[in-house]
Amino acid sequence: MSIELSERDKQMLHGRDGKTAQMAMHIMVRMAEVYGASELMDVSQAHIDGCGLLSEAGLEFAEKLAGYGGKVRIPTTLNMGPLDLQNWKQFGVNEEFAAKAIRQAKAYMDMGCIPTWTCAPYQSYLTPRFGQQIAWGESNAICYANSVLGARTNRYGDYIDICAAITGRVPRCGLHLKENRKGQILLRLVDIDLTVMKDDCSYAVLGHLIGPMVGDKIPVIEGFSADATSDQLKAFGAAAASAGAVALFHAIGVTPEANSLEEAFQGGHPERVIDIGMAEFREALADLSTAREKDKLDVVVLGCPHFSYEEFRRLAQLIREQKENGNTLCEDVRFIVISSQTSYSLLVRSDFMNVIMDFGTEITLDTCLFHTPMIPADTKVLMTNSGKCAYYGPGELGVKIAFGSMADCVLSAVKGCVCRKDV
Amino acid sequence: MERILIGKSVVAGSAEGVALVCREPLSLWGGLNPRTGEIIDRRHELSGEMAAGRVLVLPQGKGSSTGSAILLESVRSGVAPAAIINLKAADPIIALGSIVADELYNKPVPIVVLPEEAFYSINKGDRLTIEPDGTVKVYTEPSTKNT
Repeated sequence: MSIELSERDKQMLHGRDGKTAQMAMHIMVRMAEVYGASELMDVSQAHIDGCGLLSEAGLEFAEKLAGYGGKVRIPTTLNMGPLDLQNWKQFGVNEEFAAKAIRQAKAYMDMGCIPTWTCAPYQSYLTPRFGQQIAWGESNAICYANSVLGARTNRYGDYIDICAAITGRVPRCGLHLKENRKGQILLRLVDIDLTVMKDDCSYAVLGHLIGPMVGDKIPVIEGFSADATSDQLKAFGAAAASAGAVALFHAIGVTPEANSLEEAFQGGHPERVIDIGMAEFREALADLSTAREKDKLDVVVLGCPHFSYEEFRRLAQLIREQKENGNTLCEDVRFIVISSQTSYSLLVRSDFMNVIMDFGTEITLDTCLFHTPMIPADTKVLMTNSGKCAYYGPGELGVKIAFGSMADCVLSAVKGCVCRKDV
Repeated sequence: MERILIGKSVVAGSAEGVALVCREPLSLWGGLNPRTGEIIDRRHELSGEMAAGRVLVLPQGKGSSTGSAILLESVRSGVAPAAIINLKAADPIIALGSIVADELYNKPVPIVVLPEEAFYSINKGDRLTIEPDGTVKVYTEPSTKNT
């Protein structure tokens, strides 16, 4: 298939805007062929996932692009990186790894990217607006931007994201076009107890359940609470995008392209209708854990995706409740929260930071437990309230996972073993 | 026995190798160790298999957008699959990893898309030859056939 390029595209492709833009445009044109697109289109914002993993090839790619001297053409935020840039020493990261991570961070900053360093950019800075055409990487951020904000992005993988930022162009196809954003599968929540839905981890369980059911199709969910919070929708999207390839979901009465079933399906009909009840919910909940009740706990990790200010507030409340009962953090358990500089700066101004810190919480910023070597090799059991962390933990970290609500995580950290409230 | 399957080339190249076949989608990040070539998604049917040098017959990708980076790093480490065959449509994140490997190291991982019947006719252990035009030759040894 031949691709119709604009004069500007051709100018970049032929190197008249410098070698950085030429390499980026060359990759973009080849990807347009993969997508089967006939032309490119403008995007006005980018979020880079390619800065997250530290690999030899990723570093060579970033330094090659940056070394040609080119810059991004549109406002571009950065996903979490492979290093807590301020506090990496206290997490036992070795110097060689840190030196390479700092080189990679510099390459992206040299290209003009904004140092947000977060996988929850939609709770951070430069939140995209409804209908805005953007090029975002990071599966959970893609899902949130499309679904909750109503901005438009395809599922961009590492390295095409920076190419989009440099050229300001992407293949015209997929979720950038309204007709491709209509719902395909209807999921109806029946018999799901509303108190279960208010629990912070219920949305993660539903994401883990729905992801594999729909693969890369667009699900429409009937039954989410109209007052679902940003953090709950974040947890749902992150789990659905890990267990499946969900890049866009609609939730009736909650997300902006789904005020009604008719709007969500753009006047059409669902290919399939699936009812979800408590039996399926409990099955998905059990599937998220590989550790057992009462197993000795080594570490709790919260903040995957990055912890928000509201989540810090909830955590402080849970810690206070334990403290009132005279409970403290078990000395064999590490309690880690991962967040962004943006949320942390709000925490510093709060009146509850001391509650969190006095408990013995370790806060790490700018990074991700999967991408920085901060979990000791002898860690056996990790507890989290994140569906995404629970999904990838066994393969990436070689640990057993206990999945539970934030309250379960705090209680287990006090007891020193996995303790969960029954659902 | 030799059969010829007509596919569509997504990233052109020649390759040969033994088929590593799965039916479930796989996220390469969290799914492939780019230093050893082992499939590490402990929930996946191929968990523990080595993808290095084999033709990965994978219906589609899923999950993380870091999958492209993992494929690229596996190329650099010399443990990438010899080629990848997808079902009906290319997975953009996997294709991207291969294209960047071509741009950076001149070492693309050939990617071919096959229609449904042809895709499901390949069995684990079949010896495959991939050609730049998307043709896939399948050699099935009676002793290695695994149905």
